[in-house]
Amino acid sequence: MEEMISRLGVFFQMPFVRYAFIVGVLIALCSSLLGVTLVLKRFSFIGDGLSHVAFGAMAVAAVVGLTNNMFIVMPITIISAVLLLRTGTNTKIKGDAAVAMISVGALAFGYLLMNKFPTSANVSGDVCTTLFGSTSIITLKEGDVWFCAVLSLIVVLAFIFFYHKIFSVTFDETFARATGTRANLYNLIIAIIIAVIIVIAMNLVGSLLISALVIFPALSAMRVFKSFKSVTICSAFLSVCCAALGILISILANTPVGATIVIADIVAFGIFTLIGGFKSGFKS
Amino acid sequence: MSQLICRELSLGYEGKEIIRNLSFHVDAGDYLCIVGENGSGKSTLMKTILGLRKPMKGEILTGDGLVSKEIGYLPQQTVVQKDFPASVKEIVLSGFQGRCGLRPFYTREEKRAALDNIRKMGIEDLKNRCYRELSGGQQQRVLLARALCATRKMLLLDEPVAGLDPLVTADMYSLISSLNKNEGITIIMISHDISAALKYATHILHISDELFFGTRSQFAESKAGKRLSQMKGGGD
Repeated sequence: MEEMISRLGVFFQMPFVRYAFIVGVLIALCSSLLGVTLVLKRFSFIGDGLSHVAFGAMAVAAVVGLTNNMFIVMPITIISAVLLLRTGTNTKIKGDAAVAMISVGALAFGYLLMNKFPTSANVSGDVCTTLFGSTSIITLKEGDVWFCAVLSLIVVLAFIFFYHKIFSVTFDETFARATGTRANLYNLIIAIIIAVIIVIAMNLVGSLLISALVIFPALSAMRVFKSFKSVTICSAFLSVCCAALGILISILANTPVGATIVIADIVAFGIFTLIGGFKSGFKS
Repeated sequence: MSQLICRELSLGYEGKEIIRNLSFHVDAGDYLCIVGENGSGKSTLMKTILGLRKPMKGEILTGDGLVSKEIGYLPQQTVVQKDFPASVKEIVLSGFQGRCGLRPFYTREEKRAALDNIRKMGIEDLKNRCYRELSGGQQQRVLLARALCATRKMLLLDEPVAGLDPLVTADMYSLISSLNKNEGITIIMISHDISAALKYATHILHISDELFFGTRSQFAESKAGKRLSQMKGGGD
């Protein structure tokens, strides 16, 4: 026990481990916020789709040789999010199929580019990092950390500002539209917020595990809580706890950060399912 | 001056007209029932009135102090709502969203008005309950309370009793009728139920190959009305 604490102490003396911890928690907070909306709109996999798009865009940025790849990754991801969410309701290719198409396509494209135009000697290592996140939290760069922190704050503020509008658009888009809410505008805002969350969360857990960060806290909270507000607050809280716990364990046990956080989320989901079952007396 | 005037409307999908040359008007305090077979275009007409889609031809005017986005709407329930974690209060309050514009939060008056509407629907003891755990009739009351938050003048109801059992159906009809009589709210209702239409409505719009619009007694005298009430009589 003492050894563990002293090990943590050593790590937390490095300033950017502290920053990375804070940012990890912030990312977890953001990514849980829109979980309920996405689950209910049947867009659970949009996180996967978009993060693969971001992966493809990163490959393009690396090949072109941009130093700050956010200038390519962010716009491309936002555009894809907007296209996916707006065509989801009203086209020949339905939501899940469109997500699957874009997701697989971008993944193949990105991997092809990275393989054909390698920017470093260790291609499979690069790919692995982009897919599963940094193997250790200390490989996060300080620039990324500040970038994440600022964007996370913007996302949280935007969510609070649009909270009631997101609720009414998710619960009943037709009614909202009919009574004069600008549903298209708010769908657009939801899409942009999701894209931003995906891009910042990629650094932490990598593109394959993002869906877990978005979906699990919301699903867990929905097992136990009954109102939109309590579900949102609980899933934010839960996500933050799991992320903090996951990061600490990954430092102590020397495990990959992203995977550890996701495992923590899965355990929490199990616990909440049990609690929910006890509360309703296993009726359904 | 009528609250709602539809003039020479043609409605349809992808260039194909399903309703041609439809004209009718609704005055304040009317109770209009729109009846017709499945696929006759009732829901399309309702969406057009709500401004969710454009008519192919013709125009829809509002008057008598009614603005088109002030029409309250009781939609048919969607799949999403079946497992939505939301309390009754949150849902009813969202009826005010349309008038919020960019304002991020609800005002104290809106919260009070939402509670009033919950009380009017007789579901005050359910106000903190989860929507998905309520019965069909209770859920309809919640959505009706929400619609009342969006309007004080006109309600559009899309098959409000679909899937409800006979007792709850009767309750629902008398609730709607009391809103019409006591609160002076204009009602436009889509329905399959001819007998209820003949019982409660003041006006009837029958959509089929031949369009009919008129008062209830005119409809009972008309060819379509006689045929439908005969069919109804024969069926019982």
